[in-house]
Amino acid sequence: MKNTRSLFALTARAAMALLFAIVPALANADTLSEVAGRYKIDSSSRIGFAVAQIGGGGITGNFKKFSGIFALNNGDITRSSIEFTLFPESVSTGQARIESFLRSDAVFDSQTFPTVTFKSTQITQTSSSTATIDGILTARGKSSPASFQASLSDHDKNAIVFHVEGKVMRSRYGMDVGTPIYSNVVQFDMTIHGERS
Amino acid sequence: MGCTMLRNDAQSYGVVTILFHWIIALIFIGQMLLGYLMVRTSDFALQFNLFQWHKSFGFMILALSGLRVLWRMANPRPRDPDGMGYLERLAAHVAHGLLYLALFLVPLTGWAIASSSPLQIPTYAFNLIVIPPLPLAISDQAEAFWTVSHAYLAYLSAFVATAHMLAALHHHFWKKDAVLLRMLGWYSTAHDRQHAEQLRSAPKDVQS
Repeated sequence: MKNTRSLFALTARAAMALLFAIVPALANADTLSEVAGRYKIDSSSRIGFAVAQIGGGGITGNFKKFSGIFALNNGDITRSSIEFTLFPESVSTGQARIESFLRSDAVFDSQTFPTVTFKSTQITQTSSSTATIDGILTARGKSSPASFQASLSDHDKNAIVFHVEGKVMRSRYGMDVGTPIYSNVVQFDMTIHGERS
Repeated sequence: MGCTMLRNDAQSYGVVTILFHWIIALIFIGQMLLGYLMVRTSDFALQFNLFQWHKSFGFMILALSGLRVLWRMANPRPRDPDGMGYLERLAAHVAHGLLYLALFLVPLTGWAIASSSPLQIPTYAFNLIVIPPLPLAISDQAEAFWTVSHAYLAYLSAFVATAHMLAALHHHFWKKDAVLLRMLGWYSTAHDRQHAEQLRSAPKDVQS
């Protein structure tokens, strides 16, 4: 009797282990159909950036004002898309003199070019929860390809959160002022909150 | 005369001293213009670049001045021309002392601005050498203090340098001595003038 009980316990444990192994794989398929749809980028998102400087440290900041939409395709992730606009006038670094420098015609020239836009051209899934987003970034009237890595952080019925990172060469947009003291590479670190629309 | 001497002697400056003098003088004048213009331009990108050039040349002056003082200590100093009064000699030496002081204080206060500014813009002299900040308090107030110090010291040294230039011209055109020529390295002409000067300043009763 004691043997039968322990055999049952063993079987149950094995079944549980198998279940835990299978569920994530199923969850992936479920996730895609679950999250498919159109989203509006919510203002609770965070568009952070960092530019390294020689000798260590650098400038870090974020953009307070932005907007965008993205669509996640159910069956074919490659048919998903994103359009994003940010307003360089809203740049924030905690240092007013640096901000006015960034807004000036030395960098963004936000008077003449009030928006920076990104339009995806290709989205490639790289794992169950990550994807590479290739697209065209337009800033200061210049368009050049840019690439970002997105990973799914969280989602529920009506909302989804991605962590997005990417490196942008600012020289391609006529913004190479201050190089090589300040790196040509702008590192973006973004948390994108999407609200189902 | 074709001979070029490296070191100073009791009559003239050697080529090394002459080069130190004119190279530093040239950078100094350039720095005054650059410093004046860079804070008055409204073009941010240009301003950033002008500031970096100004910082680079400032460190060049500081380094050259360090070497120049060492060279001066290791060399004889040509004697003052005859026919200079006590006050004239005193004024000349005080001016020279102040100018030497300025060659260190003006760059050092400039370095202090870059070091104390909350902007913490790195100093990358000629995009070649990273120069660390001085260990100073970082605040808008500290930056403002060093900026004012730097500007006043620069204007003061420009004033002394102008007096120094006028004095050199005075020596050359009025007193017709060798003071300017010997700093230009025109040894033969300088020698002739020195000789003539010795004749001029010879005791009157001997000539009469």
